[in-house]
Amino acid sequence: MAHRWKNNLTSEEVTAEVLWLNRRQLLSGLAGIGVGAIAGSASASELEPNSWEDITSYNNFYEFGTDKGDPKRYAENLTTSPWAIEIDGLVDRPGTYSMEDILAAVTIEERIYRFRCVEAWSMVIPWSGFELADLLQMAGVQPEAKYIAFETLYRPEEMRGQRFPTIEWPYVEGLRLDEAMHPLTILATGLYGKTIPNQNGAPIRLVVPWKYGFKSIKSIVKITATTMQPPTSWNRLQPREYGFYSNVNPGVDHPRWSQATERKVGQGLFARRQPTLMFNGYEEEVASLYEGMDLTKHY
Amino acid sequence: MLVDRLNVGLRRIPAWVVYVAFSIPAPWWLYLGLTGGLGVEPIERLEHELGKLALQLLIATLVVTPLRRFSGVNFQKFRRALGVMAFIYVLLHLLVWLVLDVQILSQIWADIIKRPYITIGMGGFLLLLPLALTSNNAAVRWLGPRWRKLHKLAYPAAILGALHFVWLVKGIQLEPLIYMGIVLILLALRSKWVQRYLAR
Repeated sequence: MAHRWKNNLTSEEVTAEVLWLNRRQLLSGLAGIGVGAIAGSASASELEPNSWEDITSYNNFYEFGTDKGDPKRYAENLTTSPWAIEIDGLVDRPGTYSMEDILAAVTIEERIYRFRCVEAWSMVIPWSGFELADLLQMAGVQPEAKYIAFETLYRPEEMRGQRFPTIEWPYVEGLRLDEAMHPLTILATGLYGKTIPNQNGAPIRLVVPWKYGFKSIKSIVKITATTMQPPTSWNRLQPREYGFYSNVNPGVDHPRWSQATERKVGQGLFARRQPTLMFNGYEEEVASLYEGMDLTKHY
Repeated sequence: MLVDRLNVGLRRIPAWVVYVAFSIPAPWWLYLGLTGGLGVEPIERLEHELGKLALQLLIATLVVTPLRRFSGVNFQKFRRALGVMAFIYVLLHLLVWLVLDVQILSQIWADIIKRPYITIGMGGFLLLLPLALTSNNAAVRWLGPRWRKLHKLAYPAAILGALHFVWLVKGIQLEPLIYMGIVLILLALRSKWVQRYLAR
């Protein structure tokens, strides 16, 4: 089932481990040279994956706190093994799927994707994982199903952010079935070829690269196939700000900030903004899913 | 008495100590930002640190009067310095937002007009501007009793500052609500009704 989709961000663009370990020093050195030097490298850096440090120390995972550093600070307490995903709803083979069983049945591959947060920052991330469609086929989604709902673990003893009602817990997300089955949509279990760290949504998280980051739900424990559009956490809290679709769209602003541009994380104090791409650069692959839809209404 | 001894001690500390002490954080953060000490997103972090210190200093200026009234401890002589430094940090916060964060002129104006939390922050800055300009002895003499009236603009400015913080975060977060709570309590302590109630 693997390799149905080919990266246009290729693995040659992944910085070698030695290099990304040194990139921090290099960048701070560059900062001294001046704005010009960094602005000049902007186009090349757009495709260059962020460092391990960028990806694992700057996270929105409110289950561990609202500060970007909180997930790294507090997520190590999370028990990720044993782990299982309960799959229910309109599927032929409902039940509890253990991580071992899932991993035995799929082929892990690397996917280097752009990642765009609704807060207008971005990264390029070398995930490893497998297509969500593979897991959904294991469970056998029935033809009446129209949507797939997801749920994050609720375990306030280990997830300290859940002790305060920042949003309604557990975190829930959803996709339309065609979005869920799309070959770009993956479940990630690794980063840079290593096991995914807890702060990035271990042991298994969704990655939908053409949607804002909050759609890519972390630490998944439940997947449900359903006929009704499922509730999604941020939409439930502020429907005017976060729609069900939440496709990356530079033309539709978030009420509190513009979505026209983004700043790639890890570029230092003089980072330049870069234009945000329609569907986060995956227009060719996914635009057909939304044909005929008014994307200013279905934001 | 302890309060008297404290006040004697406070009288010995010159007000410029406040200027000196609070001129350290900004260049320190800038240095950290340039050398990787502010994490992987230094622009956002610098902006937030400056803004938060500005709000804390603004709150400090509002603490002076109720503290003297209810405990007798007198920080009055430091209030101008705290207020001026609050303004300077608001200004630096604004500059980082303009120059390092948004960068694009057309987007800056669009943000100020279209986005309520930015409009509110900008409003707070504009309210503080005349206060900073009249924070000198000449202006106090020139304005006479009107000076006190003018400087009551610090109250709405503090509310706008706290509201700016509450509004910009995602979801329901405790920290900005705590700042807002403190501002509201400090302002409530100034109302005649609350003072009469507390005097009983």
